[in-house]
Amino acid sequence: MGVMLMPKPDTETISRRAQIAHDLRQLCAAPDAVIEDESERRPYETDALTAYHALPLLVVLPSTTEEVSRVLAYCHKHAIRVVPRGGGTSLSGGSLALEDAVMLGMSKFNRILEIDLANRCAVVQPGVTNLGITNAVQDRGFYYAPDPSSQIACSIGGNVAENSGGVHCLKYGLTTNNVLGVELALIDGTVIRLGGKHLDAGGYDLLGVMVGSEGLLAVVTEVTVRLLRKPATARAALIGFATSESAGACVAAIIGAGIIPGGMEMMDKPAIHAVEEFVHAGYPLDVEALLIVELDGPPAEVDHLIGRVEQIAKQCGSVSLRISGNESERLLFWAGRKAAFPAVGRISPDYYCVDPTIPRAKLPDILKYMAELSKKYGLKVANVFHAGDGNLHPLIFYDANKPGELERTEQFGADIMRYCVEVGGCLTGEHGVGVEKRDLMGLSFTEIDLNQQQRLKCAFDPQGLLNPGKMFPQLHRCAELGRLHVHRGQIRFPDLPRF
Amino acid sequence: MSRFRPTDEKQLAEIVAAAVAGEEPLELIAGGSKRGLGRPLQTPHTLDLSAFAGIKSYEPEELVLTAGAATPLDEIEKALAAKRQMLAFEPGDWRGLMGATGHRQTLGGIVACNLAGPRRIRQGAARDHFLGFSGVSGRGEAFKAGGRVVKNVTGYDLCKLMAGSYGTLAALTEISVKVLPVPEATRTVVLRGLDDARAVAAMTLGLNSPHELSGAAHLPRGGGPLPGAAMILRVEGPVPSVEARAAGLGAELKSIRAAEVLGDKDSAALWKAVNDAAPLAAQDRLLWRISLAPAAAPAFLAELKRSLEFDYFLDWGGGLAWLAVQGGEDGGAAAIRAALGGQGHATLIRAPAALRAVIPVFEPLAAPVAALAARIKASFDPKRVLNRGRLYPEI
Repeated sequence: MGVMLMPKPDTETISRRAQIAHDLRQLCAAPDAVIEDESERRPYETDALTAYHALPLLVVLPSTTEEVSRVLAYCHKHAIRVVPRGGGTSLSGGSLALEDAVMLGMSKFNRILEIDLANRCAVVQPGVTNLGITNAVQDRGFYYAPDPSSQIACSIGGNVAENSGGVHCLKYGLTTNNVLGVELALIDGTVIRLGGKHLDAGGYDLLGVMVGSEGLLAVVTEVTVRLLRKPATARAALIGFATSESAGACVAAIIGAGIIPGGMEMMDKPAIHAVEEFVHAGYPLDVEALLIVELDGPPAEVDHLIGRVEQIAKQCGSVSLRISGNESERLLFWAGRKAAFPAVGRISPDYYCVDPTIPRAKLPDILKYMAELSKKYGLKVANVFHAGDGNLHPLIFYDANKPGELERTEQFGADIMRYCVEVGGCLTGEHGVGVEKRDLMGLSFTEIDLNQQQRLKCAFDPQGLLNPGKMFPQLHRCAELGRLHVHRGQIRFPDLPRF
Repeated sequence: MSRFRPTDEKQLAEIVAAAVAGEEPLELIAGGSKRGLGRPLQTPHTLDLSAFAGIKSYEPEELVLTAGAATPLDEIEKALAAKRQMLAFEPGDWRGLMGATGHRQTLGGIVACNLAGPRRIRQGAARDHFLGFSGVSGRGEAFKAGGRVVKNVTGYDLCKLMAGSYGTLAALTEISVKVLPVPEATRTVVLRGLDDARAVAAMTLGLNSPHELSGAAHLPRGGGPLPGAAMILRVEGPVPSVEARAAGLGAELKSIRAAEVLGDKDSAALWKAVNDAAPLAAQDRLLWRISLAPAAAPAFLAELKRSLEFDYFLDWGGGLAWLAVQGGEDGGAAAIRAALGGQGHATLIRAPAALRAVIPVFEPLAAPVAALAARIKASFDPKRVLNRGRLYPEI
């Protein structure tokens, strides 16, 4: 997708690579903290949005908050751009390198600092993986709730940057609802702490703004996350429908009945077939849509609600229905859904996934529209869908080696997102804007909306050094954005009713 | 002194632009029920937002409601109740304690103050349910952020910034919130006569159990239908579930004390009393609301008792302390914030304006955080025309 225009690399900075590497080595204790060699920089040229790549100017792997602070202060002083990177699993190009930017890798921040069960939280370094937190506390019956499908590899720092979700977020929330505090370094090297083991903010909710800021505001150096007691039990229902309309109606009826399942996922026919061939989860192949509805919590509640879900499904015309009788069966139900991406990867040379959210009532419409688009572009599409919260994951099959197919795929994705915004949804539910959806931001926001967002960026990073080229289609200088167009003495309070 | 009452966003933008041009700050007001909350304002003009009212859309099966920011809360709660749904963050009714019983609460006011009731520990605060908004910034520009769907990461989460900003960044005109089903049944497990340390230990035990509490409070002098000291734990859900969980909690807490269980009606009265800070509302004393690490509550209270006289109760499993303090030169601010040691935040909810003018109502910020907050204020409201000084003198 070479069409994406990134900020013009600063050749002067690139020409100083050796000097900058030398200087940065003075700032970090570890002998291997600065990676200058081209072949060793190569692994950092892309994240999980592999269609985009660029070789970073240098890679720095600091080990302490002080080192992060020093590196940022140095880059700030010398006006060098910085791209932060956690696990490198962003699906939107959030940690895509820039040729003139120092890549700040947080992989050495991999320690769990404190587990505090009396306060139901853990203090961890940002490079700890999402699953690593759960692994550290599960023997005591606790877990960290947000569970993006990349959870074995994605870092908690990256989760904070992207406000990552997962299949359980309708009930348990996204990252933003599960983070209590952060320590962070601003671009000038200032280190501040926001939040802690308590709830909510004393002044502005700066923690809330940091979460989901895609590495554009500051670099997180420590995270305090909320831990939850693991639900006592979980059971899942696997429900097949002859039409996506009836599946959608079933989802609405479950929620309308006052039931918020721990997870509620939908797959369309192409997705069902792709995963069934791959993992043999026993999915019915003769249905148009398949729902996995999982209830978790106290056994008395789960048993009660699974019965009600069964009843609702039948009323909605389900054509197949299985309820997990034991843990291995429940996990088998999930195995297919969780393998959806690799399953598609097995049958298509490449695939492209977008993640818009729609009002759930529009589901049948968007599926019909996608079928039309599939014909129009000559590309197959399979759908997995967080049905509970309306977050779609269409997987578009393509072959990057066929000329023009990538561009058609990208247009296909953009058409889907455009439609979702038009019917009241949004561009991205959990993967972030990054570079991928940057140029589509105008679908959701006016220039005034986007300028206000950029002014917030200016309050953190007035030179625009942190992760430039992401999120905003147009970069404005902060001085220009800050200008107030008022003419003193010429504007009066308008002639309005006064009381 | 003028009072402006714009009826559409364009008029609102014109008024703010004029305030910017004249550098004449505006006090934002709608229902007026929280006018006494925050630092007292010295603004020449009042900006009455009450015209931005009314439910715009409510789709129960999407779990989303959109309404004018000044829509009265009772109107919203009525519409939600008709579909057996609710604002799950359980905004409290502080009109009693603020001496504002004649005023109506509005959605915008609740969001601007980031209210949260006992269910905070399970479902979050207003911030966690705030999906999107339209409004006019202190630059006099109409803008929007977020959206009308429950899962959205498109752009910065400006909703979080608006929640708890006390109207200092933008005048909100329209708000979308996530709503959730009303639980079918509620039970409250009560242990009477516990001291602070044992009450917090009991709450921790309950919160760390698999029984999914939606409330955990300690009322040293009782509250609602309970006259004496009571540690109370709430479970909500389908009937078979709450029955089983209440019994399970009772069994787990047996080593501490025998438990009683309250049904739906008593539970509702009791948790409303906790939410509205009713145990402390009636007395004419200063009221503090303090967010802290839950397990730190007993030590915090013990430390404070050495230097200050006060009544109190705990919510959020110990993570929220309400304090009623008898006067004093600084209203106990120094002692409270010293005992807190920077590990949380204390807000002076009720005090005479003269006192709110001289002591920090909101937790003082570390210098670099205060500087950042001031830059953020400037990015939305460079001339500080919106609720100038309400949050901090420089905001």
